[in-house]
Amino acid sequence: MSTTRTENDGKARLDDMKQGVLGEPLPRIDGLAKVTGTARYAAEYPIDNCAEGVLVTSTITHGTVTRLDTQAALTMPGVIAVIDDSRLITRAVQGTAGEAPQQAPVTVCYWGQPIALVVAESFEQARDAAKRIHVEYDASPNPSLSPDDVTPEEQEDDTVSQGDLEQAMKDAAHSVDVRIATKGHASAAMEPHAAIADWDGEELTVHASLQMLNYNISELADALDIPEDKIRLIARFVGGGFGSKLGISPDVVAASLASIKLKRPVRVVLSRQQVFQCIMRRSETTQRLRLAATSEGKLIGFGHEALVSNLPGEEFCEPVLQSSHFMYRGENRELMLNLARIHRMTAGSVRAPGEAVGMPALEAAMDMLAEKSGVDPVQLRLMNIPDKDPENDLPFSSHKLAECLRQGADAFGWDAGPRKARQRREGEWWIGTGMASGARIHNTMESRTRVTLSADGTARVETDMTDIGTGTYTILAQMVAEMLGMDPAAVRVDIGDTRHPRGPGSGGSWGASSIGSAAFLACRAIREDLAARAGVAEEALDLRDGKVGGGRTLVDVLGGESLSHEGHYKPAKAQEEYTAAGFGAFFAQVRVNHFTGETRVDRMLGAFGFGRVLNRRTARSQFLGGLTWSIGTALTEALEFDPRDGHLVNCDLAEYHVPVHRDVPDLDVVLVEERDAIASPIEAKGIGELGMCGGAAAIGNAIYNACGARVLQFPITPDSVLASLPRDSCKLLREAGAMRGLA
Amino acid sequence: MFKGTIIAKEAAKGFEEIQDMAGTIGINGTAHSLPADPRTSLLDFLRHDLGLTGTKKGCDHGQCGACTVIVNGMRINSCLTLAAMHEGDRVTTIEGIGGPDAPSDLQHAFMAHDALQCGYCTPGQICSAQAMLAEIAEGWPSDATADLTSEATFSDEEIRERMSGNLCRCGAYANIVAAIRDVARGRADATV
Repeated sequence: MSTTRTENDGKARLDDMKQGVLGEPLPRIDGLAKVTGTARYAAEYPIDNCAEGVLVTSTITHGTVTRLDTQAALTMPGVIAVIDDSRLITRAVQGTAGEAPQQAPVTVCYWGQPIALVVAESFEQARDAAKRIHVEYDASPNPSLSPDDVTPEEQEDDTVSQGDLEQAMKDAAHSVDVRIATKGHASAAMEPHAAIADWDGEELTVHASLQMLNYNISELADALDIPEDKIRLIARFVGGGFGSKLGISPDVVAASLASIKLKRPVRVVLSRQQVFQCIMRRSETTQRLRLAATSEGKLIGFGHEALVSNLPGEEFCEPVLQSSHFMYRGENRELMLNLARIHRMTAGSVRAPGEAVGMPALEAAMDMLAEKSGVDPVQLRLMNIPDKDPENDLPFSSHKLAECLRQGADAFGWDAGPRKARQRREGEWWIGTGMASGARIHNTMESRTRVTLSADGTARVETDMTDIGTGTYTILAQMVAEMLGMDPAAVRVDIGDTRHPRGPGSGGSWGASSIGSAAFLACRAIREDLAARAGVAEEALDLRDGKVGGGRTLVDVLGGESLSHEGHYKPAKAQEEYTAAGFGAFFAQVRVNHFTGETRVDRMLGAFGFGRVLNRRTARSQFLGGLTWSIGTALTEALEFDPRDGHLVNCDLAEYHVPVHRDVPDLDVVLVEERDAIASPIEAKGIGELGMCGGAAAIGNAIYNACGARVLQFPITPDSVLASLPRDSCKLLREAGAMRGLA
Repeated sequence: MFKGTIIAKEAAKGFEEIQDMAGTIGINGTAHSLPADPRTSLLDFLRHDLGLTGTKKGCDHGQCGACTVIVNGMRINSCLTLAAMHEGDRVTTIEGIGGPDAPSDLQHAFMAHDALQCGYCTPGQICSAQAMLAEIAEGWPSDATADLTSEATFSDEEIRERMSGNLCRCGAYANIVAAIRDVARGRADATV
């Protein structure tokens, strides 16, 4: 028996369920596979007769490939073919595109663009042969390489002009008008992009490292020009995504084309350098913040403008202002987002696109306003939380910023007394604290999943939804176990395979709330069947520990039959009548070295309100990840481009500095539990991105509080701290006696 | 005395049955012929030739630690060395530390503390931690040790310093340190 369940009455009833496993800190059900190395990632499937492919990439920035000399490569031992098919894709697909990106790699638009694939019997042979491909180009002169070189395009959908901000700035008792720059970021997921494609003459099976199979299958079908129903994509384990695997990448299409041509399986794994150079960058930003406040600190004016960049032809534009539209009050508002078209590699989604860099800049400006107005930074945020969306008057679906600020400040031990920079020293270290607010917009996506309650009393849940380290496996087991009254160990979670119903994909922090809602709806339909069999109303059906009402077992009620339903969740129209977001508050204590400008984070805490908690353990872990990314954004992460040809210079993990163990102290997370009935049928919102939306500013503000250096860029590197230290810092330190013995 | 000796002896347990190591490399107690292609890294030999895919390739340049294995008791990045250079050596990979039927104390602790998310860096973290704990036990100093001439003592900061070659982009560091701390204490208690 199978039907599709689509309606969504917005009434969750999850809290009426009896099993008591949803929200509990269940250890990850895929943990054992991961700690023993038995979890298989894309490149790790043992497939007979698999050839190995290595991509060849461009060494010019903009122009045309005029000749691809393959002769030397093709005569090398083991080399099978060079694929330069016009269907090869030149860049990764943007998230949710659902279609192929720019193809035809003879046209080069950025340094490092894939142009061909060398296939050999072994990886070593393919790698060496790829270096022997001689490429001739017709290079375009003087491509635009810097956002300052071109006239940017205004993103009119983002433009807001309300009241008179300039007048408000003049009228304000306290105002801030500041420009803040942020450098580009890389997702740098630990598993490089990889694909094994196997064309059997009729169907193409691809093991790939992808976040959103529901869109990826359409993208691959479009790129190859073959029907979707001839393609099967599998991604059971994905070694991190952070936006970089939202869309299909060049390895997926190259492996597929090679397999179709050679009629044998082909594996393509990007090198770490290729991952950096031809997948996605978060755009650099330059932002202007204008805040106008009354003498008490109440905002009357709010301005946020940003300039970002991308390649010509790309639709994605880093949505820097996304949460600025509703974060704080201020009736006089000016917001504007501009996009510069330049020939640096593709800009796209990197964890928390928009807020990851927009929130830190805004929160640095708020810290400056707090200082100017003499209002405690926590109080300043509290007094400027709007009652409703300040631009469109929509109510908030829920709003936990005030609770996050209060609970966070309390847990951190925030000193609400008068603040002054350079008050605490230990030897050559200045010590200070800082805080910031944060927000991340909430979305859900259409999702389907099939849940089957088998005659033996176990359950199975099937969808093409992925788990990229987020915990999908575990929360789906918990959701089904809660709804059907069983041990989560009795739920088999079969995901990451396009043979199953289409999920929402992992991205935009919508995964758990969307696929969880689909599973919830499927289970509710099963409960209705069970209720009919048990002769009670569904609402009265008490399922716990495999028993109905504490009496008959599920096996008995099923009577040898199994029940299967597909849950189909569609975002409710009612969601459009609200502004929905997760909110958070960040607190940090740092040490800044007076002589070197080095910053160490001593402790950090985040408090977050994000709807229902589905698993306290994995939720906390995702926030730990977000806080860790906040440290990277604040202190070390920066993509550097060569001004001569726009190529990414620091294209590996030695030169692009993600936080390492010693950069990360013990971190505290406060989960501010709530139910957001508008956000999704299961009353949950997103987690994965919220943890880094603003956190970098807590560190930057703590640096200022510690040593008086107000650095108007992220990352705040040691040299930038030294350059911004107040001129009397040495004198102050000497007077304190801290430099005794060092003179 | 060379400080790696004790660790190497420890690692050699389980290899005693391998008598003649000429032309072979010992992986988790089994002798394997060296690869024909001398360009093959130890990492690719493990993953591709032997199908031991628990050892991960994250960067292939010694920058991320995902490929960490234990060779003669010492942790190394297996991407930075050729398999052909390890004739007669004894290599322990994550598969040799513990399988699904009998996970090691570290593997249990990683699960209990949710010291992983995507799981891709995890085998490298566990192999690295296994050898790192032995290094502290032997008293090797690190940058986090107060005095380089004194014996190192166990602390969170020592864990963080010594594990800094193993990157985790999901940001599970706080939980990884907690897991290793638990194991170190457990092992210390067990030897009292």
